[in-house]
Amino acid sequence: MADTITKAEIINPENLVYKKTSMMTNNVLSYCPGCGHGTAHRIIMEVIDEMGLQAKTIGVAPVGCSVLAYDFMNIDMQQAAHGRAPALATAIKRLHPEKTVFTYQGDGDLAAIGTAETIHAANRGENFTIFFINNGIYGMTGGQMAPTTLEGMKSSTTPYGREWQRMGHPLKMTELIAQLPGTYYVTRQAVHTPVSVRKAKKAVRTAIELQQQNKGLTFVEIVSNCNSGWKMTPVQANQWMVDNMFPFYPLGDIKVDGELVKK
Amino acid sequence: MTEEIIIAGFGGQGVLSMGKILAYSGIMQDQEVSWMPSYGPEMRGGTANVTVILSDERISSPILNLFDTAIILNQQSMDKFESMVKPGGTLLYDPNGITHHPSRKDINIYRIEASKEAANLGLRKIFNMIVLGGYLKVKPVVGFDNVIRGIKKSLPERYHHLIPENEKAISRGLEIVEVVQTV
Amino acid sequence: MGKELKLMKGNEAFAEAAIRAGVDGYFGYPITPQSEVMEYLTAEKPHERTGMIVLQAESEVASINMLYGGAACGKKVMTSSSSPGISLMQEGISYMAGAELPCVLLNVVRGGPGLGTIQPSQADYFQSTKGGGHGDYHTIVLAPSSVQEMYDYVELGYELAFKYRTPVMVQSDGAIGQMMEKVQTGDQKIRLTEEEIIRNCPWATTGKTPNRERNIITSLNLDSLVQEKHNIKLQKKYREIEAVEVRFEKIQCDDAEFLFVAYGTSARICLKSIQILRAKGIKVGLFRPITLYPFPKEPLYKMVKNVKGILSVEMSAGQMIEDIKLAVECKVPVYHFGRMGGIIPSPTEVADFLEHQFIKG
Repeated sequence: MADTITKAEIINPENLVYKKTSMMTNNVLSYCPGCGHGTAHRIIMEVIDEMGLQAKTIGVAPVGCSVLAYDFMNIDMQQAAHGRAPALATAIKRLHPEKTVFTYQGDGDLAAIGTAETIHAANRGENFTIFFINNGIYGMTGGQMAPTTLEGMKSSTTPYGREWQRMGHPLKMTELIAQLPGTYYVTRQAVHTPVSVRKAKKAVRTAIELQQQNKGLTFVEIVSNCNSGWKMTPVQANQWMVDNMFPFYPLGDIKVDGELVKK
Repeated sequence: MTEEIIIAGFGGQGVLSMGKILAYSGIMQDQEVSWMPSYGPEMRGGTANVTVILSDERISSPILNLFDTAIILNQQSMDKFESMVKPGGTLLYDPNGITHHPSRKDINIYRIEASKEAANLGLRKIFNMIVLGGYLKVKPVVGFDNVIRGIKKSLPERYHHLIPENEKAISRGLEIVEVVQTV
Repeated sequence: MGKELKLMKGNEAFAEAAIRAGVDGYFGYPITPQSEVMEYLTAEKPHERTGMIVLQAESEVASINMLYGGAACGKKVMTSSSSPGISLMQEGISYMAGAELPCVLLNVVRGGPGLGTIQPSQADYFQSTKGGGHGDYHTIVLAPSSVQEMYDYVELGYELAFKYRTPVMVQSDGAIGQMMEKVQTGDQKIRLTEEEIIRNCPWATTGKTPNRERNIITSLNLDSLVQEKHNIKLQKKYREIEAVEVRFEKIQCDDAEFLFVAYGTSARICLKSIQILRAKGIKVGLFRPITLYPFPKEPLYKMVKNVKGILSVEMSAGQMIEDIKLAVECKVPVYHFGRMGGIIPSPTEVADFLEHQFIKG
C-alpha cells in the first residue's frame, strides 16, 4: 500500500494546509451552523496571530449574538453594554495608544442603539478598528427588525415585510461613516465563499495595520447571513444574501487612504 | 471673630470678584473663608450676589438669611437684603440708582458714592474696589496689606499691572465713605 | 507640584484633586452646576502636567462607558455630572458594579425630577445609595460638606474603589460645587506605570501575555447558578464595606438632647441652626454621615439612648430619613425637615422647625 498516504504523513507539517489559530480558544462556538460569525472571528484572530499582536490586543464584545465573542477569542477582552463598544474602545485606546484595540459589533448594536457612539468615535478619528457584522436582523433576541433590515424583508416584528413608510428605511451605516473625516479606511466584505473570506481577511489586516499607523478610525463591515432569523437553510440563506443583501449593500472598499472610492 | 457679609448688585459690577478678593484677603490673614455665589440664569444680565464669610473658627453654613454686613449696589438688592441685616449690623450702599433709601433704625448705615467716583477717576472697572475700600473703613476685618496680597492671589498674573490702580481705588474708598447713621 | 493653599470652588477642587491623585482619564459631558470640573481640567492642561487624558464625550451614556473601558484596563478613571446626567449613567454604573470595576463619579445634585432646576438639592439619595441602576448592587457614596472635602474625597474615593473593585460616588450638590473655600492641596502623585498596574490589577485587560490566562471583563453570566455565585460574592463585599468603611462626624453631641442628622450642605446649615438654638438653651447636636452608603447605622443607634428625638434635615422630600428610622429601630421619634426643588433651607428656618414644630409640636 505504498501508494496510499498514511495518517502520519497527513499530519506531516509540509502537508499541513490548515490549522486552527491558537488565537481562537477551544470553546465550542455558540453560533448557529452556517452563521458567518465563526468565520469572521477566525480571520480577525488569524490576523492578530500573524501580526504577533496577542499581548498587545484588547477587544470589545457587544450585546447580540457575539456577546460571548470573548469566549472564543484568545485575547484580553471586555464586554460592553448594548451599543457602547466604541465608547469603551475610545477610552482603552486613549489610555493605551500603543495597544491594538477593536470592537466587534452587530447591526442592532452598532446601527441602532449605538449610533451615537459609533458616529462620534468615527468623527473624533479614534485610532481603533470597528468590525461590523451586518445580517439585517436582531439574531440573539429572535429575529426582530434591525435598522439594516431590507425593505420588504420579513422579521418577527415585520411579519408582513418592512415598509419604509411605517418602519423607516434600511440604514447604510458604512456609507454614512465613510463621509466622516475621522475615518481612514472603510470597506464592506463578506465571508460566504473562500474567495470572499480571503478578501475579507486582507481587509482586516489592512485595517489593523492602518490602526498601528494612527491613521484614524478603520471600519470593516462584513455582510453576513442569519439563517435562523431568516428562517432558511444555510445554503438558501447565503444565496438570499447574494441576491438581496449585496445589491443594497454592495461589497468593496468605500474609503481608502482617507479618500472616498469613486464608483 | 466671624463676619458674615452679603454683597449684592448687578451682574458686571464686580460683585463676585470683590467677594473673591475679600475671601483671599481672609486667607492671607489665616482666617477660614467661604464664598457662595448666586448662580445660574439669574446671573445673566440680572442681579448677582455673593455671601462671604470670614471667621477665626470653622465656618458653619455658607448660606445665610441674616448678615452682619450687607453691601448693596442696586435697588433690587436693597429691597431684598435690607431686612436681612442683623439688628446692630451694618449696611453699606452706593446711592447711585437707589430710589428707596434704607429706612431701618436698628442698623448702622453707610453710603459710598463709588459709581460717581469711579466715573470721575475714569476708572469704571475698579468701581468694586472703591466699594471694598469703603467696607474696610467701616469694618476693618482684614488688614490693608492682606487685601493687596489677596488681590495678587485673586488676579491672574497678566492683570498684575493693574494692582496699583486697585490699590488707589481702595484708598479712595477709605476716604469717601460717609456715615448715614450709627446705632 | 508641592502642597498649596488655594481658594477654590468645590468643582474646581475636585478637578485639581483628580490631577494630583494621578488620575489617568476624565470623560465627561457638560451639565450645570458641575461644568467647571471639565472646564478646569481642560484649562489646566493635565496632559502636560501628568499625562492625564481629558475627553468631552458625546453624552453621559458614552462617558460612563468610557469609564468602563478605561477601568477595565486598571486605569484610574473619573467622570462628573449632575442629576439628569447621572440618571443616564445608571446603566453603565450597574455594568461596572457587576464587572467589579473601580472608578470615581461625582454627582453635583440639582433639583428634580426630570430636568428640574439647576439649584442645589439632595433628592438623589435613593438613587445613589440604593443602587440606582438595575440589579443587586451598591456604590460607595461619600458626601462632602466642604470644598476641602470635595478635594479630599477624590483620593479617598480611589482608595476605596480599588480596594473593593467598585464604583465610588461622591455626592455633592450645587452649593458645594459652586462655593469657594480654602483648600489645602496634597502633593502631586505620579500616575501608575503599566508595570505597576499589571501588578496591582492582575485582573485588568492589559494584553494577554504567555504567562497568564486571558483576562475577560464582563457582567454577563448566562448560567443562573454562576450568576448567583457572583451575586453572593458581591453581597459579601458589600457586607465587608458596611462593617469596615462607615464614616461619620459628631458635632456637639455629648450633651445633646436633640439631634440633627444631615449631610453635605444641609449639615453646614444645621451647624448654624445649632448656634441659634444653643443660644436659646436648647441642647442640639449634629450627626453627619460622611458615607451615605454604607450608612452609619450602628454609631447612630448607639446615640439614641441619650436623645429625645432626631430631626433629619435634607434638601428633599425625605429620603435619608428611611435609613435613620431603620438605624434607630423606633427607639426615638424621627422627623423630617426639608425643602425641595433647589431651595436651600435657611438656618433660622431649620432652627424654628426644631424649636416650634418638633419639640413643642
